[in-house]
Amino acid sequence: MSQTLLKTPLHDRHVALGARMVPFAGWEMPVQYVGVIPEHRAVRAGAGAFDVSHMGEIDVEGPRAHELLQGLLSNDLGRLEPGQAQYTLLTNERGGIVDDLIAYRLERHHYLLVVNASNRDADFRWIKEREIAGSEVRDVSDEYALVAVQGPDALAKLGLGPAASFTFSTETIDGVECMVNRTGYTGEEGCEILAMAEDAGTLWDGILARGVVPCGLGARDTLRLEASLPLHGNDIGPGTDAISAGLGWTCALATKEFTGSAALARIKEQGPERKLVSFVMEEKAIPRQGMPIEGGGEVTSGTHSPMLDVGIGMGYVPAAAALAGTKLTVDVRGKQRAARVVKRPIYKREG
Amino acid sequence: MAAAESYPDDLKYHREHDWARVEGDEAVCGITWFAQDALGELVHFEAPEPGSTVSKDAPYGEVESVKAVSDVVSPVSGEVVEVNQAVVDAPETVNDDPYGTGWLIRVRLSDPSELDALLDVAAYTQVLADQ
Repeated sequence: MSQTLLKTPLHDRHVALGARMVPFAGWEMPVQYVGVIPEHRAVRAGAGAFDVSHMGEIDVEGPRAHELLQGLLSNDLGRLEPGQAQYTLLTNERGGIVDDLIAYRLERHHYLLVVNASNRDADFRWIKEREIAGSEVRDVSDEYALVAVQGPDALAKLGLGPAASFTFSTETIDGVECMVNRTGYTGEEGCEILAMAEDAGTLWDGILARGVVPCGLGARDTLRLEASLPLHGNDIGPGTDAISAGLGWTCALATKEFTGSAALARIKEQGPERKLVSFVMEEKAIPRQGMPIEGGGEVTSGTHSPMLDVGIGMGYVPAAAALAGTKLTVDVRGKQRAARVVKRPIYKREG
Repeated sequence: MAAAESYPDDLKYHREHDWARVEGDEAVCGITWFAQDALGELVHFEAPEPGSTVSKDAPYGEVESVKAVSDVVSPVSGEVVEVNQAVVDAPETVNDDPYGTGWLIRVRLSDPSELDALLDVAAYTQVLADQ
């Protein structure tokens, strides 16, 4: 049985640039152009561009759009003015994480949700099934391309001034009208640019012509892990809850009710049994997803940190072992290797 | 910087993308250009202990890039007489020079007749072409 992989509007450009294309969440995506490590360093030292057009966009509009989403998403949309965005969770009845996403308040009665590629269909069905009169939910993913430009030089290279994080505005970049969101997944300054799919090529070519380095999903993963940003499907999922994952700050338990809020309030009150921690290896070894952590834990993401030149990871450990400085032992294919819990983020550029 | 693709004709090859350079009763072993290119920049070499025994066709160590881990299969049997510490300290040496400074281990051969079963460069490049 073969499945045809989806292609973003920039697919041909990636191939022309010599990218190594791999299947990811049903899409054929560039994992690297030159190499994960040089691309990672380009983002830490300058500016890198990522095609993340595989991510989904769900449009929710209508006089009761706000009410619908307030009941489904964990964070309080009441804190958003039009032009502002927020990191939030789509939760199930047990407080598990159906997806993590960014909600953009386009207008008072109009939201755009940018969701993980692998969850696009599930998220859309989840929200559509709960649609109420006065709200219209549409999967508009195919209409848009999304390009993340990240790094200390990202905004300067795009000719953009500073703006508060999690705000967005309509801009014209190299003749392309787009929505520039001050968000990202690397721990660096930068933005994520939403444009119409048919304009994606012009936008991408313009960004690269400004000296921004094309970067693949490989570097995106190492960058987000250094920044201690969880990946849905690895570190968080329907079977893990926001409190245990350290995402309690995205749950407006005091101000509203939403799917799973009662379960989350209970977990918060009792204290989670396990917590998601960031850790660094103290011996030469690279932790990988699924490796046991002694004492009843498990690695959920792991890699080699290009900036720190050591193995780094995230994983669940018993709550008593979650404090920064706690020593861990990771079972690396049968060999016991020492690690240490660290404060998030694992890496942050000085200055 | 990464080396250009090459497969020297003085080496013996194993179809799992490993090579051996026979020097008297010893062989120097490493991974081929194809193997290092498939993995990407190496960041870790889990090396065997000097003095340990390796067996033909069995893994003796692991090489890792940021994205992946791969067993390294021994093309020969014998005792590990030396591990390339330069690669343990700087695994990207393998990407820079897979057949030279990026060698992995030196083995004292316990059964030199095994060498006859390894591939010459023509046979190995045919393995690559068939993939």
